[in-house]
Amino acid sequence: MIPAPFDYVRADSYDAAAAALGEHGDEAKLLAGGQSLLPLMKLRLATPAVVVDVSRARDLAYVRDDGGVLAIGALTRHCDVARSADVTAHAPLLAHAAGSVGDPQVRHRGTVGGSVAHADPSADIPTALLALGASYVVRGPGGTREVSAADFSTGFLETVLAPDELLVEIRVPSARGEAWGYEKFTRRAIDWATVAVAVQKRGGETSVALANMGSTVLRAAATEAALASGAGAADAAAHADEGTEPAADVTASAEFRRHLARVLTKRALVAAGR
Amino acid sequence: MSILGTRVMRVEDPKFLTTGGVYVDDLRDPRLDGAGHVTYVRSVMAHARVTVDGSAAAALDGVLAVVTRADLADLAPPPVPLGFIPPALGRPWLADGVVRYVGEPIAAIVTESRYAGEDVAELVSVDYEPLTAVVDPRVSATDETLLFPDHGSNTALAFEAGSLDGLFDGCDVVVTQQITNQRVAPVPLEVRGTACVWEGDGDDARLTLWASTQSPHGARDQIATALSLDPDRVHFIAPDVGGGFGAKFGVSVEDLLLAVLSRRLGRPMRWTETRTENMLGMGHGRAQLQTVTIGGSRDGRITAYSLDVLQDSGAYPHFGAVLPFMTQLMATGTYDIERIAVRTKSVVTNTAPVVAYRGAGRPEATAAIERAVDMFAAEIGLDPVEVRRRNLFAKEAFPLTTQVGAAYDSGDYAGALDKVVAAAKYDELRAEQQRRRDSGDTKLLGIGVSSYVEITAGPEAGTEFARINVKPDGSVVVYTGTSPHGQGHATSFAMLAADELGVPIERITVVHGDTDLVARGGGTGGSRSLQLGGAAVHQGALETVDRARELAGDLFEAAAGDVVLDKARGGFHVAGSPDDVRGWAEVAASADAEHGLIVDTDFTAQGATFPFGAHVAVVEVDAETGKVTLLSMTTVDDAGPVINPVVVEGQRHGGIAQGVAQALFEEVRYDEDGNPQSTNLADYAFPSAAELPDFTLVDMATPSPLNPLGVKGIGEAGTIGATPAVQNAVVDAVAHLGVRHVEMPTTAERVWRAIQDAREGAK
Ligand SMILES: Cc1cc2nc3c(=O)[nH]c(=O)nc-3n(C[C@H](O)[C@H](O)[C@H](O)COP(=O)(O)OP(=O)(O)OC[C@H]3O[C@@H](n4cnc5c(N)ncnc54)[C@H](O)[C@@H]3O)c2cc1C
Repeated sequence: MIPAPFDYVRADSYDAAAAALGEHGDEAKLLAGGQSLLPLMKLRLATPAVVVDVSRARDLAYVRDDGGVLAIGALTRHCDVARSADVTAHAPLLAHAAGSVGDPQVRHRGTVGGSVAHADPSADIPTALLALGASYVVRGPGGTREVSAADFSTGFLETVLAPDELLVEIRVPSARGEAWGYEKFTRRAIDWATVAVAVQKRGGETSVALANMGSTVLRAAATEAALASGAGAADAAAHADEGTEPAADVTASAEFRRHLARVLTKRALVAAGR
Repeated sequence: MSILGTRVMRVEDPKFLTTGGVYVDDLRDPRLDGAGHVTYVRSVMAHARVTVDGSAAAALDGVLAVVTRADLADLAPPPVPLGFIPPALGRPWLADGVVRYVGEPIAAIVTESRYAGEDVAELVSVDYEPLTAVVDPRVSATDETLLFPDHGSNTALAFEAGSLDGLFDGCDVVVTQQITNQRVAPVPLEVRGTACVWEGDGDDARLTLWASTQSPHGARDQIATALSLDPDRVHFIAPDVGGGFGAKFGVSVEDLLLAVLSRRLGRPMRWTETRTENMLGMGHGRAQLQTVTIGGSRDGRITAYSLDVLQDSGAYPHFGAVLPFMTQLMATGTYDIERIAVRTKSVVTNTAPVVAYRGAGRPEATAAIERAVDMFAAEIGLDPVEVRRRNLFAKEAFPLTTQVGAAYDSGDYAGALDKVVAAAKYDELRAEQQRRRDSGDTKLLGIGVSSYVEITAGPEAGTEFARINVKPDGSVVVYTGTSPHGQGHATSFAMLAADELGVPIERITVVHGDTDLVARGGGTGGSRSLQLGGAAVHQGALETVDRARELAGDLFEAAAGDVVLDKARGGFHVAGSPDDVRGWAEVAASADAEHGLIVDTDFTAQGATFPFGAHVAVVEVDAETGKVTLLSMTTVDDAGPVINPVVVEGQRHGGIAQGVAQALFEEVRYDEDGNPQSTNLADYAFPSAAELPDFTLVDMATPSPLNPLGVKGIGEAGTIGATPAVQNAVVDAVAHLGVRHVEMPTTAERVWRAIQDAREGAK
């Protein structure tokens, strides 16, 4: 419960953070809200030589309506996303998901960018963002690129981010007025999802994203296909776990996760009016 | 008017709610300046031969010592925690060539800085040569792999009562079930911590040791024995203690070692464990595999019951190995059952030692019989409340001795059951349950009932010390041998003294937890404190008044017998002359101008007491996911007259929460190789207020004849009643689907599987 020794650098802007990462390379880790990084460091599962604290980089903490696209700074905290009028108007699914993260303390420290960059397959924010068809703006010495939510995580706690890159912004196409549903199954209020399902309708299409059904957050492709070919909620939901490889852990067996994925998908679809 | 029974706010709370308590890790005693910090290297394997090489670590800057078993070869092993545990099963100071559970201390590292300790620990090289890990107590019981070859068996202790011969003869119905009373973790918010310093040289050397314990005097004696010291050479202090729940009764080997290291290195020492170490090493509770068999007539009369207990004691037998004795003693619960037989066996396994945990042996007994009664009721198709009513000991039968030898002092079990059933609106709940079932609602309602009796301040009649010191300024200091760590003694005991002395509680302070200040004491555990320590304070206060009347008699030049205490005015006068009042200050100063009036007393109870009650739990079960939501808890917890409702409600709330936690959430798990799966509070499902409804507490107070206050213990009752009520509610919710039993914790997955299995079975 005591982290290995590390150096601490405070970087209060994107530029300062980029400079620090440039200097320390893959020895360094960004510290945003610290709600995932610090527990890992205390358990010595992460042992960065340098911690670059960007938690006060206010230039990366904002919510903006960018003309049909919601632009959210990576360092915006969960609680600010949950109660933002813009998020509530354009992506109520995301506001709801942000409000369901952990407990009030966690929501007041943790950031949406940290949650995305951490790439925990059981996390709420990336699940909602996947269903919303968001994209992530990544900036580094080589310039700025935009990566779709579907392509961002490459495995358990792994992403396309290079060690010298920062996730700077999350871009969410407005889903104003569209129906959505979010079902999160937990043992306790504070827990990560045993399984969660995010449903977002947009035009005639419905996307369904699953948390904790594999090594990354994923789309319930078979369910989406069934819906596209006219299946009802119950029938489509019966395919929710198809192609997934959920893990077994102290919380649930893989079989139970599959069952939950089907039940929760049905409920989320019903909530979204399917 | 007496202050007893009134809602006096806890005098302890302002500090805890503002500046916070001073726990071991917060101590800034100058004698601890320059302390070395101890970090334990702990086994990562459940069962292995180990060779340790600490030389690389010892050579580092800032490392004061790396100590292994070899360095302590001159010390006799620490004494076993309880007299009747076979010495061959005792634990070494540090692993002695073999480790027997993940988390067992292998080496102690002493560093200048606390933070360096864990870095250095990583550099101690430990070679593990794996041995077969015995994790399942049933496997242990076969003795195929012996954990302690010298002992020749994996069985530590066994108890039995009653005869199995023809036990179920003549029963119309016999139901049997295996039940797991799972292993849980005590999780005190304050983890274990110790600090110590030696002062003086040679035979004059004296140890001062602060530790997070529930029993300072017992712990002092434990240290004195382990170090072959006269107890006077040890000054033991329990500062604020952030919860113990039974697991901090006494001190552990890590605490004891600190005194040894401090002596050898000639430095004060400190140790505070991490949460992970706490989850690995402090010890766990419960851990019984039970088989219940219950038999009786179709009209609901239970005539025979048998309970078979296989207790997992963990690697080194501790309190846990002895707890089946308490389970056996309470096996019959509140029921008058003609024939009863209990067989228990405590075996060692390659897991953390099992220690006392809130209820300690009694929740296991209640859980067993309460599940059994429900299963019997289900089998004969009678309402579980009705079956209970038909079998409870009658109010008129007290005092009574049960078939398993427990001497129940007082009780009204039917009264408690009736009250709780009425308060919970049981009949309306049943109607709602039926409505939901009929309408095909997927949110099923489950109603669970438990009736319980437990034993406090037992099994032997207990004794406790108190000193009452009325200072020359009229203020009062009460010294108690109990050792509160959240229970509110400073408030309750001040009220007891105030009530007899007529001194306002603002002028009374309660001192505890320091072996130099308090002559002797039994600590706080087993819900003993009020009935023994409180009774001692009460007795001491009465003796103080007698002594004061003599002193006042001298002042008045009157016979003591003619002097009366006017409590309202806080002073004494001669009967019939109420105008000349001598206050406590004057009377106390007349005893001794410097110290005032001091009275020491020891109270000995006439026997253990038996609190009882009944709980009704209501749960909602999501039939599709199996998820259980607790909707309400209504409880009657009768521990005799209530001194302070605020304190008692707090004890009930905490107990109920922990009881619910066992039924619904908590479980310490090991994989088949003995690797712990729940070493932090993310994996270990320790609930919070968010998972709990408001509790409805119903009052009932049946006095005990065994102490002058008529009180019994309330500390553990909630835990004992709540667990089976909630488990019964979960089973009840899905009973119509064909489910007979769901193991604890009744997680969503377990409930879902039980529903699936019942459906399969019905096909
Ligand atoms: C008790 C508890 C309960 C929780 N419950 C939930 C829950 O129910 N649901 C849920 O989804 N999450 C939960 N979390 C996790 C929480 O959401 C975290 O806030 C989130 O996972 C990480 O965000 P952070 O800002 O704290 O990131 P940090 O912990 O600071 O960082 C996490 C990782 O991301 C990297 N990183 C951070 N920001 C950036 C960036 N801008 N660019 C590149 N890399 C970056 C860091 O270097 C690090 O590797 C819980 C956490 C706790 C402690």
